[in-house]
Amino acid sequence: MKILVCISNVPDTTTKITFTNDNTQFNTAGVQFIVNPYDEIALSKAIELCEGGKGTVTAINVGEAATEPTIRKALAIGADDAVRVNAAPRDAYFTAFQIAEYAKANDFDMILCGRESIDYNGSQVAAMVGEFLEIPSISIIKKLDFDGTTATIEREIEGGKEVVTVTGKFVASCAEGTAEAKIPNMRGIMSARTKPLTVVEAVAIEELGKVTKFETPAPRGAVKLVAAESAEDLIGLLHSEAKVI
Amino acid sequence: MSVLVYVEQADGKFKKSVFEAVSYAKAIADNQNTSLTAVSIGNVAEADLKELGKYGAAKVLNVATDQLKNFVNQAYAAVIAEAATKESANLIILSNSFSGKGLAPRIAVKLKAGLVDGAVEMPNFDGGFSVKKTAFSGKAFAVTTLTSENKVIALNPNAFGVKENAVDATIENFNPEVKATDLTAIVKEIVRATNKISLPDAELVVSAGRGLKGPENWGMIEELAELLGAATACSKPVSDADWRPHSEHVGQTGIAISPNLYIAIGISGAIQHLAGVSSSKVIVVINKDPEAPFFKVADYGIVGDAFEVVPKIIAALKAHKA
Ligand SMILES: Cc1cc2nc3c(=O)[nH]c(=O)nc-3n(C[C@H](O)[C@H](O)[C@H](O)COP(=O)(O)OP(=O)(O)OC[C@H]3O[C@@H](n4cnc5c(N)ncnc54)[C@H](O)[C@@H]3O)c2cc1C
Ligand SMILES: Nc1ncnc2c1ncn2[C@@H]1O[C@H](COP(=O)(O)O)[C@@H](O)[C@H]1O
Repeated sequence: MKILVCISNVPDTTTKITFTNDNTQFNTAGVQFIVNPYDEIALSKAIELCEGGKGTVTAINVGEAATEPTIRKALAIGADDAVRVNAAPRDAYFTAFQIAEYAKANDFDMILCGRESIDYNGSQVAAMVGEFLEIPSISIIKKLDFDGTTATIEREIEGGKEVVTVTGKFVASCAEGTAEAKIPNMRGIMSARTKPLTVVEAVAIEELGKVTKFETPAPRGAVKLVAAESAEDLIGLLHSEAKVI
Repeated sequence: MSVLVYVEQADGKFKKSVFEAVSYAKAIADNQNTSLTAVSIGNVAEADLKELGKYGAAKVLNVATDQLKNFVNQAYAAVIAEAATKESANLIILSNSFSGKGLAPRIAVKLKAGLVDGAVEMPNFDGGFSVKKTAFSGKAFAVTTLTSENKVIALNPNAFGVKENAVDATIENFNPEVKATDLTAIVKEIVRATNKISLPDAELVVSAGRGLKGPENWGMIEELAELLGAATACSKPVSDADWRPHSEHVGQTGIAISPNLYIAIGISGAIQHLAGVSSSKVIVVINKDPEAPFFKVADYGIVGDAFEVVPKIIAALKAHKA
């Protein structure tokens, strides 16, 4: 079994988000980049499914050379090899197309993504890869069992879950619950340096749109404190002042 | 140009977020002087389809074959793309729901359409077509300009509101052919708690964190939520410890929400938590530590012990409702 895991390189979750060039560009100065947290879950699931020689895990990232520490981290967690498509990930359409092109040429049984990247929060790449490859895609999954032929998957729906089975190739985007995120051990970190990391060039595709401006949310006014002794006053305020209840 | 809105059903019923998507699509169609068509897939009663007219859908394409009873995004995307072609629609609107997130990208690829997911406002037509969406888990917004002929927008729940705009809806059966290869994913089971308000759609949310000490203390949180008609949420350590289900975890690595009211009880307000909730319209914080960072982004705050404060609020709410 061959599993492809899509790894996105995102700002650390503690990052204060600021912009430059008249709010047209994300300010990366001093920002620490990490493996997208959901992609760690996807990768951990893939490693789990391949344990005991049942298969191999390839990590793929669409990114420029600066993303290599993130790819090495994926190798340290336990991917067998990695591929970097050498291009800035313009948007989900571009990124998904690159991943699909690579997958077409290399015949994977399963492609796992994260539920969303925590920078642009698109939740787009997985389903787009599915469409480019004309195979099923299941978005926002929280459980995945595979018996060698058929995958039984739980996906999140509003207020519950749906159980889906797929036989044959598929793409899924993983949320919490799918697997426990693995932490790299010393041996993993050492071997990551020597595991194969191939760089391939991007394939051209038309541009359909782009981010033209960023905005930061308007700051809130000062907090209005209600004394604990008269906590009941809160209800009146929410009703007649804030008008939300 | 015309506008097509996909109306997602759950157990044959439409939710508020669907009426919101129709209202949004209608506002765009009016602004562009064009028509709006809705497309429904699955078994929905005629009266429910008619109700879409209340929000401005003059025409409803009803795709009611047993084959498509359950949501399979590959097949649904094909049907919606075909409906768009039939209606000469080049703008497709849907809700940014769990299913919408699996569907919109496939429609976009099929139609070579630029996609804006998580839209929070009406598009801006000045010299082009741009839409504001959430980015960086609520820490920022990104204005995305689409240059493609076809476009898809997935609207965030609670971003636009439901607006009535009554027209008489004409219902037309639509039976496009569905390829067997688009139906290989098989839905085996659907489990849905019908008595609970789902978090992503909720207008009011009561959330609690590690300050509550243990799962046995959630009774008062649930009581408060029930009295308000609110959904319940929690911080990450709470769901990590299995005090509450993962589906309640909000924040940067959980779900991002923007209800009208978010009440945070015993939550410190870490940057990763705030990321997912800071776009709530009104924020109330209850915390015994006056230095808790959450107070900096709150509209109303109570410095006090949750175990004393929450029962008082519950009593006041009961009195208010009586
Ligand atoms: C990569 C990464 C991603 C993360 N993603 C998320 C995320 O998506 N969502 C999220 O929530 N967190 C996330 N976190 C965790 C986050 O950093 C915080 O650790 C977490 O939000 C803290 O949860 P808490 O506020 O419930 O607990 P604590 O920080 O322990 O705060 C408990 C609060 O309760 C108050 N308290 C205690 N007793 C009482 C009482 N009796 N009455 C009233 N108040 C009381 C305390 O004063 C304190 O402020 C993430 C962390 C990392 C590293
Ligand atoms: N540049 C990228 N390279 C590889 N995989 C990516 C990239 N961007 C996104 N992904 C994958 O797609 C998922 C969803 O991303 P998004 O659609 O951007 O929210 C991520 O969790 C990753 O698994």
